[in-house]
Amino acid sequence: MKFIQKIGLVIFILAFAGFSLLPFYGSYQLEKESVISETKDIHQEAMVDILQPMYGEVYESNIKFISDFNRYFDAYNNELKSAEEWDKVIWDDYTFSLTKAAATGPVSESPSLFLAVTILLGAFGALLYILPLYRNQPNGIKNDGIYHSSMKSRGLLGIITGSWLILFYIVLYWFPAYLTNLVLMVDPLSMALSGNPASQWFLYGFIYTLAILVMGIRMFRKYRGNNYQTIRTASVMFFQLAFAFMLPEILVLLNMPWHDFKNIWPLDYSFFYDYRLEGMLGSGALGMFMLVWGIILIVVGVPLFTYFYGKRWYCSWVCGCGGLAETLGDPYRQLSDKTVKAWKIERYLIHGVLVFAVVMTAVTLANYFMEFELLGYATNELHTVYGFLIGSAFAGVIGTGFYPLMGNRVWCRFGCPLAAYLGLVQRFKSRFRITTNGGQCISCGNCSTYCEMGIDVRWYAQRGQNIVRSSCVGCGVCSAVCPRGVLKLENADEEGRINDVPIIIGNKSISIKS
Amino acid sequence: MTGHSTISKPKHFVIIGNGISGVTCARHLRKADADCQITIISGESEHFFSRTALMYIYMGHMKYEHTKPYEDWFWEKNRIALKQAWVSQVDTDNKTLIFSDDSTFDYDVLIIASGSKPNKFGWKGENLQGVQGLYSIQDLELMEKNSQAIKRAVVVGGGLIGIEMAEMFSSRKIPVTFLVREKNFWDTILPEDEAKLINRHIKEHHIDLRLETELDEILDDGTGRVKAIKTKSGDLIDCQFVGLTVGVRPNVDFLKESKIQINRGVVVDSFFKTNVEDVYAIGDCAEFQEAPAADRKNIEQVWYTGRMHGETLAYNLTNSKKVPYQPGIWFNSAKFFDIEYQTYGFVPPIWGEEIESFYWEDSKGKIAIRILYQKSNQAIIGVNAFGWRLRHEYFDHAIEKGYHQEKVLGELGQASFNPEFYKSLHKEVLKQYNQENKRSIQIKKQSFLQKLIGSRA
Repeated sequence: MKFIQKIGLVIFILAFAGFSLLPFYGSYQLEKESVISETKDIHQEAMVDILQPMYGEVYESNIKFISDFNRYFDAYNNELKSAEEWDKVIWDDYTFSLTKAAATGPVSESPSLFLAVTILLGAFGALLYILPLYRNQPNGIKNDGIYHSSMKSRGLLGIITGSWLILFYIVLYWFPAYLTNLVLMVDPLSMALSGNPASQWFLYGFIYTLAILVMGIRMFRKYRGNNYQTIRTASVMFFQLAFAFMLPEILVLLNMPWHDFKNIWPLDYSFFYDYRLEGMLGSGALGMFMLVWGIILIVVGVPLFTYFYGKRWYCSWVCGCGGLAETLGDPYRQLSDKTVKAWKIERYLIHGVLVFAVVMTAVTLANYFMEFELLGYATNELHTVYGFLIGSAFAGVIGTGFYPLMGNRVWCRFGCPLAAYLGLVQRFKSRFRITTNGGQCISCGNCSTYCEMGIDVRWYAQRGQNIVRSSCVGCGVCSAVCPRGVLKLENADEEGRINDVPIIIGNKSISIKS
Repeated sequence: MTGHSTISKPKHFVIIGNGISGVTCARHLRKADADCQITIISGESEHFFSRTALMYIYMGHMKYEHTKPYEDWFWEKNRIALKQAWVSQVDTDNKTLIFSDDSTFDYDVLIIASGSKPNKFGWKGENLQGVQGLYSIQDLELMEKNSQAIKRAVVVGGGLIGIEMAEMFSSRKIPVTFLVREKNFWDTILPEDEAKLINRHIKEHHIDLRLETELDEILDDGTGRVKAIKTKSGDLIDCQFVGLTVGVRPNVDFLKESKIQINRGVVVDSFFKTNVEDVYAIGDCAEFQEAPAADRKNIEQVWYTGRMHGETLAYNLTNSKKVPYQPGIWFNSAKFFDIEYQTYGFVPPIWGEEIESFYWEDSKGKIAIRILYQKSNQAIIGVNAFGWRLRHEYFDHAIEKGYHQEKVLGELGQASFNPEFYKSLHKEVLKQYNQENKRSIQIKKQSFLQKLIGSRA
């Protein structure tokens, strides 16, 4: 390793440690005024009263603060619940907003400084490490030492990284109050972009985008010389930065609903939720465009593009989840399970989630048009269950937290309902396939090993069969790592695309069907 | 006299060797005959793995388990019994195998697919610790052990395994000296231009490539370990590892006491039959009495030929109408560090007057294509490609049908198998051809729409 890379690594690790420890830094002091400004009118009086004992007290850590907050708040609610006074119970969660309002200390005083020495310095350190990679070496993909690496082959470092990610997602989704300091750091940026203070989701979007950009640059280094990989990576970097991060914030600045134009139902499972529909319908021509564009993508975009190019047009070129998987997750792609058993589980799970999403949306829409009379309760329950199980636990905690444990496409492979929909089109009506080059396969296994979707590519290649699989996201890495030039991602005529009983070229004695 | 019972027991096919030849044969036997009994015997490993992938285990690209083309349940599901044992003798009179632990095993039909083993040419010091070839899993394990904390490795022999070994060490940043007896790397197979292209690429990877250099002896450090080698020109090279990669020979020593005829390999006819009834040989260990085709050798030591031997024999063992082994258009491929190589048809290192050649190399000297064709009718007979993937189907057809070489040149775009968005080199190739031959072959234009939907035709 070059000296400058070592420096970069040290900087990154220090910045990363700073980022991880920062939430526990600083003190908290709640003022009555904050409670008044952060709570809804109907709760104001009660909240001011509930939190009375906390005013003026200085808390040395967010853990103590949040614990006291929860104690007083829960005592109030529990009393009402045991008295079955349901309409008086406060269902809103003010933990995050009030913890953020109560934060005092260095981070809230100079957020930009802390942003600089944690996230930005971390990105800088990572780039110092990444940019000199493979310098002065001939073009060519080097997977050297991946299975000797603790980080990349489920060793101790991999397990630690996975655990950190899982923990981060759990805190982010369910205990965001503990991330107050981190959110405070990005407040100025959020103010500049959308005119609003940052939420935990803005923090998440910012880190997410930065991760895609920095690790995207790593992709350029690693796969240099392979134009397909380079262009594809540039595409996911662009869509994440412009469509998922910048544009929605600018919309908010213009008093429009937050909207990601490239997100498609059912991945965007709340697209037909009533608050989203009202938001779009209440936002004039642009809002109307959001709605119509969203529906066109579902009804026309997905089938049409998938027919011509396969699901890769979305999954490995546009999608945000795919974008993170293809950049941050690339070092872990080899960890996906290739067994037939895993394939069976995959088919049940992913299509199960698709059915769940469709049913939930159907109920939601029925409820919407029936004006909330009959199905209100069912809709709410379904939304809660889906949001918790699929939206948060599966897509977030498992989807990304398991990168270093089960590979970078756990969500895309086992859970994403949009991937299931795209996959059905790709399997049954598409021009896309991975062509196997006659008899050139030597069964080495590089293609299967590096398939992030867990497709046993070799099984097809060695029998001269084209690979037509609903799960293939068309990342092109099987083709890139093949030492014998056996695999090519192609869009071509449907005729001959699926060759179930192929004949391997080269043996004239017989026409053996493999 | 009463006749024997007409209900016969299903035949027991016993295959020695679980490489690509033996396993392909077993698979196709099972496909054609649901009832027969099949046993594969191997001492090297319980399960079939891809021998060509051994290098990637050392380099950390894969683990052993990734090199297995079939999951472990596959064998039981297909009722292919696996036995891990070394065969030490074959008693064809009693149709019995004798294992190294003296236990025995009966067969009805024996298929020998025992592969190869590395050559050694009686060099002084060739049995020292730290000196080895690379063929089996055991060799790989030994190499892992022998290459711990070494300062330099010497690889002897400029062939495919030699360059693989150089790449393996290079991936671990172990300095390598690569001794090649010939004038250029692998120039017994490659024409000079191509061989030189690879020479350059080897050096680009900081390998100390020594052409026209032969090993004289390997020196002992006094403890039975290698400490250096001496070349025939008298140079001493300090090293702690010597890789002997000077080709392989059929692994048939265990058959020497048997009645099966051995020359270099197990002698077979074009139906893979040996001189003994019910005994066959396929793959690297088989030696044809007559070469299967004019451009083929009597011993075929390639992955693909092993597969075809297996397919053909399985067909013959399960069909009443027997067919002789008749390979089609030759093809092969390899990867030299970062440069992929593919060849189709007949491209010898040097050719006669009746053949003409067109050779193109890119300005950086890392991509090349050569087309050989008959002078008389301009029919293509072979192609070599470096850093440029070609479509097997296209060239198999083009060479078989003897396409006019200019037709092939004009269609190089659709005959290419490079990934999407790769820079098209077709124009540059044609430019050079047109200049050299005062011709004006043009690329068939594709409409914008065809390009947009990625149409192949």
